[in-house]
Amino acid sequence: MNRHAALQLREAYNANVFSVPELKAGEAGVCSVCGCGGVAYQIGDSGPREGRGLNRRTLAWQSTAHAGGPHLGPADTRQERGHAESGRRIALEQAILSRNDRQARQNRMDFAQRGIRAINLMSGPGAGKTSWLVRTLEALPEAMPAAVIEGDQQTDLDADRIRATGVPAVQINTGKGCHLDAAMVAAGSARLGPASDSLLFIENVGNLVCPAAFDLGETAKVVLLSVTEGQDKPLKYPDIFAAADLLVITKSDLLPHVEFDPQIAHGFAQRVNPKLSMLLTSARSGEGITEWLAWLAALPRGTSARMEEIPGG
Amino acid sequence: MHEMALAEEVRRIVEEVALAQSSRRVASVVLEIGELAAVEVDALRFCLDLALHGGAAEGASLEFVSEPGEGICPHCGARGPLHARLDPCARCAGYGVRPVAGTAMRVKAVEVA
Ligand SMILES: Nc1nc2c(ncn2[C@@H]2O[C@H](COP(=O)(O)OP(=O)(O)OP(=O)(O)O)[C@@H](O)[C@H]2O)c(=O)[nH]1
Ligand SMILES: [Mg+2]
Ligand SMILES: [Zn+2]
Ligand SMILES: [Zn+2]
Ligand SMILES: [Zn+2]
Repeated sequence: MNRHAALQLREAYNANVFSVPELKAGEAGVCSVCGCGGVAYQIGDSGPREGRGLNRRTLAWQSTAHAGGPHLGPADTRQERGHAESGRRIALEQAILSRNDRQARQNRMDFAQRGIRAINLMSGPGAGKTSWLVRTLEALPEAMPAAVIEGDQQTDLDADRIRATGVPAVQINTGKGCHLDAAMVAAGSARLGPASDSLLFIENVGNLVCPAAFDLGETAKVVLLSVTEGQDKPLKYPDIFAAADLLVITKSDLLPHVEFDPQIAHGFAQRVNPKLSMLLTSARSGEGITEWLAWLAALPRGTSARMEEIPGG
Repeated sequence: MHEMALAEEVRRIVEEVALAQSSRRVASVVLEIGELAAVEVDALRFCLDLALHGGAAEGASLEFVSEPGEGICPHCGARGPLHARLDPCARCAGYGVRPVAGTAMRVKAVEVA
């Protein structure tokens, strides 16, 4: 493999400036890794079809010129011989995300001590997280102070929309793109300094895949699904619906124009999360806001709403 | 699932071990990816090849072991194999089987040269 190009890819990934033209399998193009020409093929399937930044989809396209060991050739060859070498074997059994999980536990403790309830809002891009959040902040009674951590990738736009309501907001530069992690939330919270006993809303990056695996130390995870996205989303992205404490269906004002049955979507989500409850909402009409405020008010102080561990934790 | 983020964490863990063992070369890394972990092993392998570049584990042999998925049915209480989150219970065909094994992503072992 071309090490130089690969390293550049990794640096580009870390700098979040990566972009690869999307190719369909069989299309001719330039390899995203080493720049060789050829026909694209896909490593693995079922990558995220949404979300921005470098994800499995953009990583997956490579030239058939490498078929049989795409850019893994030298390493693969070494693997065959790996065990012949004698060395010290250290048993670890360490969770790959252990650092994140540790930080998440710390966040949870910090929030609990200050009576802060943190709500992780997750959805695909454009499902209406910011709009619903703005509506929420306008409706919150004064007795329920709030602050917002915005996880948009590039722009400050969402944070500006929040600040326009008078509620403090910080924009987290996700850099790596497609999800927030516990360290980013700790940093955001430190910058914000949310008041004791307040609600801390965390708008995750629009992505139905990654955020499911990253514990932020939140009190509750809310997954939003808009009626324009299709009712079968829970079947396509089961992990995020499995991790959620509440399903919020958004843009209900559009129901007359789309083929979307909230009960069916809810039923699909309950296949992986039988206790999951659902709220039907619209930022436009205000439907569901009363129930949502009641749900927020009932959030426990100082614990996770859900005792069960998140998958992969 | 973000394989690149995982790969960077694996690098961090492996570098820590190499440092603690005063070793400059890691010969092999054994990773356990549960059947229900929603990780594409091919994609992770590809990302690791990039992430490990320039470090102690560059070129290390990567071994993947899978932990079989297992779940408990909320309806009939049966415990059994679960190959995908959306699979119904093998005994009563009910949905909502709760995973109890196979969700882990771990660095199981590291071999230093
Ligand atoms: N009809 C209708 N449109 C809505 C509603 N809520 C949001 N929208 C529209 O949906 C689009 C996306 O809304 P946002 O609130 O920016 O969605 P988001 O989830 O924050 O988007 P990202 O942060 O980019 O992932 C905008 O054009 C909104 O005007 C709603 O309740 N009804
Ligand atoms: Mg937004
Ligand atoms: Zn190539
Ligand atoms: Zn991600
Ligand atoms: Zn059953």
